[in-house]
This record gives sequence, C-alpha cells and structure tokens, in this order.
Amino acid sequence: MSEPVSASGTVIRRQIKLPFTKAVEISLKSIRIRFWRSMITAAGILLGIAFFASVRMSAVFSHAQQTRVDEKRATLARGGKLSAEDVILINSAAANAKEEAAAGTRLQWLSIMALLVCTVGITNSMLMSVTERFKEIGTMKCLGALDSFIVKLFFIESCFLGFIASVLGFVVGWLVISLIRLAMDGVEVFGPYFWMQSLRLCGQSAAIGTVLTFLATIFPAYRAAKMPPVAALRAEV
Amino acid sequence: MANEYVVRTKDLVKEYTMGDQTLKALNGVSLDIYRGEYISIMGPSGSGKSTLFNAVGGLDKPSSGSVFINDVDMAQLDAQELAYLRCHTIGYIFQTFNLIPVMTALENVTLPTVFAGMSTDEGVERGIELLELVGLGGRLHHKPSELSGGQQQRVAIARSLANNPSIILADEPTGNLDLNTGKEIIDLLKSLNKDQGVTIISATHDLKMLDVSDRIVWIRDGQIAKVEERKDLDIRIGEMEGQEALH
Repeated sequence: MSEPVSASGTVIRRQIKLPFTKAVEISLKSIRIRFWRSMITAAGILLGIAFFASVRMSAVFSHAQQTRVDEKRATLARGGKLSAEDVILINSAAANAKEEAAAGTRLQWLSIMALLVCTVGITNSMLMSVTERFKEIGTMKCLGALDSFIVKLFFIESCFLGFIASVLGFVVGWLVISLIRLAMDGVEVFGPYFWMQSLRLCGQSAAIGTVLTFLATIFPAYRAAKMPPVAALRAEV
Repeated sequence: MANEYVVRTKDLVKEYTMGDQTLKALNGVSLDIYRGEYISIMGPSGSGKSTLFNAVGGLDKPSSGSVFINDVDMAQLDAQELAYLRCHTIGYIFQTFNLIPVMTALENVTLPTVFAGMSTDEGVERGIELLELVGLGGRLHHKPSELSGGQQQRVAIARSLANNPSIILADEPTGNLDLNTGKEIIDLLKSLNKDQGVTIISATHDLKMLDVSDRIVWIRDGQIAKVEERKDLDIRIGEMEGQEALH
C-alpha cells in the first residue's frame, strides 16, 4: 500500500515497477485487440523473411545438386558406369554452373534489400501504432508508468510479432522452394545435408527477423516513451 | 502527520510562445488547497483553467513559480520521483474516461497497484473492493467497450483511488455524460471526499459541481478572478424543468 510522502522531506521513495510477466500480458493483449493491424505488420516481416529463406534454400539445393554431380564425376573417374540420366545431369550442371552462380549473388542482394524494405515498413506501422495509442500511453504515464515501461511494452510486443512472423516466413519460403525442387529433381536431394541446412536456416531466419523488428521498433518506442502525460487529457485523437 | 495544505501554488506563470508573441496562459496564480477539500476550478475555455490543472497535476511544467504537493516542490523531482508521485499521491480522472481498452474493468483498476509493486492477489482484492465501492461489483470482467459512459467513469474513479492517493484531479469528469449520469458521478465524488477524506480538485464547466464544492476558484485570463466559499454562494442550481418526469 502507499505510504504518504513524508511531510518534511523532499525524499520520495522510488519504487515504481512493472514485472516482466505483467508486461508480457499487456503486450499480448495489445496484439490481440489490434489483431488485424498486428497481422499486417507481421505480414511485412513474414514476406521479407519468406523471400530471404527461399533464396537461401535455393542455394542449399544448388549446393546439394553440385555435391551429387561431383559424386557422379568421381564415380566416372574411378571408371564406374553411369546411367544415361546421370550423364544428362552432369552435362546440364556444367552448362548452368556459371549462370546459377551469378543469379545466386543477385538474389542474395535482392533478399537483403527486401529485408531492409520490410524493416522500414515495420518502423512505419509501429509509429502509426504509437499515434493510435497516444491517449493510452498518456494515461499509463498518469498512473505512474515510467518511460522504461512504455519502451518495454513496445519491445515485447514487436519482438513477439517479429519472432512468430519470421518463423512462419521461413516455413513459407522453405515449403515453396522445397516443393518446387521436389517436383524438379526428385527425392534424392533431400539428404541429411538438406535437413541440417534447413534447421540452421530456420534459426537464422528467426534471429534476423526478430533483430530487425527490434531495430525497427527502437525509434517508435522512444517516441512513445517521450510522450508527455498531458496527451492523455486531449479529448480528440 | 497531516499538514494543512495538500497543494500550494506560488506565483505560477505559464507562457506559450506563438510566433513572435508570448501568451501568458497563467499569470501569477497563488492558490492554497486544504487537505480534504472539494475544490472546483471554474472558468471559460482558454482561461488558463486546464493549464493550472496540468501544473497542479505535475503533467506540465510551469514557466516560473512553483507547485508544492504535500510540501514537496514538484520542480525538484526527477522523472522517477514524478512517476512515483503520480502513482501514489495523485489520482486522475479524465473527461474521456481513458480506460485502457484492452483491459477489463478489474484490470484497469489493478494497473496502478501493479506499478506500485503490490502483489497480484492484493491488487485484485483492492480492485474488487473499489469497484464494489463505486457500485460496479457485478461488472468486474467487462471491457470498457461493454460499459456505459457513466459506468466507465466509475471504473476510472475506482482506478484513481487504487493507491490511496491524497488528491484526486478530475478534468471535466462530467463533460461527456448526460445530466443524470453526471449528477451521479458528482455525488459519488462527493461521498468519496466525505468518507475517505481525499482531496478533490476538479476543473469543470458544470454548474452542478458548485453545489458540492467547498470552494470554487474562478479563473479568468490566467488569473484568479475570485475564490468563493460555498456558504457565501447564493446560486440556485435547481432541477431542470421536466427533470422529475425522467425519474
């Protein structure tokens, strides 16, 4: 319970806090109530990461294919026999190698650009979310919330969205490329190398997505935290 | 120990610069507010009423002059201490209720107790007690959107009391309510003032407020035009014609 401020002193105890579990609870509620807006923000991250994942998965497949070709060549060198199919594989691989390498680099660049664009998009939508919540933030500050509480709420919210959206984005990108490759090359490329790389890429995507969302939220969260409590009194907005 | 004044302002000046002109929204306001008083700040729009209100509530910094809350100079406080003051010593009630839309009535009332570091169980207990006090014991788990304006304002009043503040600042608490609901809210505030001894400072246009106020401060052009005691006041608020028929 509150204790009255000592009549004599300028000393006021500082004991304002927001437990982490409570902050998480409030953040998740904020996401739920603005579900569609949150989903649109998430969709931006999801698409960016899906593109990134698909580009990286293509590289994984190319590598797996290359390994396969190398094995066949080795067999040939040892004087082994190859089927007609394998010969076609080796020939086409030799013809495509250069082109694929060039295209791969271009795609890498494109995926980085896509991630940058999606970061800017998140910043934009988080800023809008701040404007939308002017009064709510002002009210919280009137109730005694510190700047850091507001920052905390925004970061938890965006990191949660960022993480979920990145994982989903990875699944989308991964699924699309894997299905295409399955149709083109058959099951042979889905070796242990493929699964290992998929797992690694999943972690990578989640990390990149979450970190980018976090970076994109710094400025909006700062703006929200600096909002004067007087904002709560404004009738409009 | 309870000192006599809960709020004191001294030569409060607030200037706004608009282009090359300086506008004085407050021009030397000195006001002492007694502990346990129900005080209304009245004045037309643009009179500086809101500015005074914001300064007293620590929501806005004056250009010069000082505000003392419980003898503590607000200008001396840092952000943390101000937050602490807002959390523990002042309860705010707004014209537009300002409940957090994502939370239920109970969660709204409990939020200040969370900031104050109260445990969840204690906070919930306190929240239920307060909501019962304002007559909403049956609506603990309703969202603000499921409550009427009057009910929302009751939740806001319960919330403002969460940490046992010594002052409640009400900014046009009846401004968005119809006549009868407004009257109910005023009665509720008055009863809290009487029973809990909380000081109520309210900025208002609402003449219904005069009836329950201990003192009325009239603000005009950034200065105190006059301070009236209720007993000196001879205004008949009277019921509006046809009022009885509504009951």
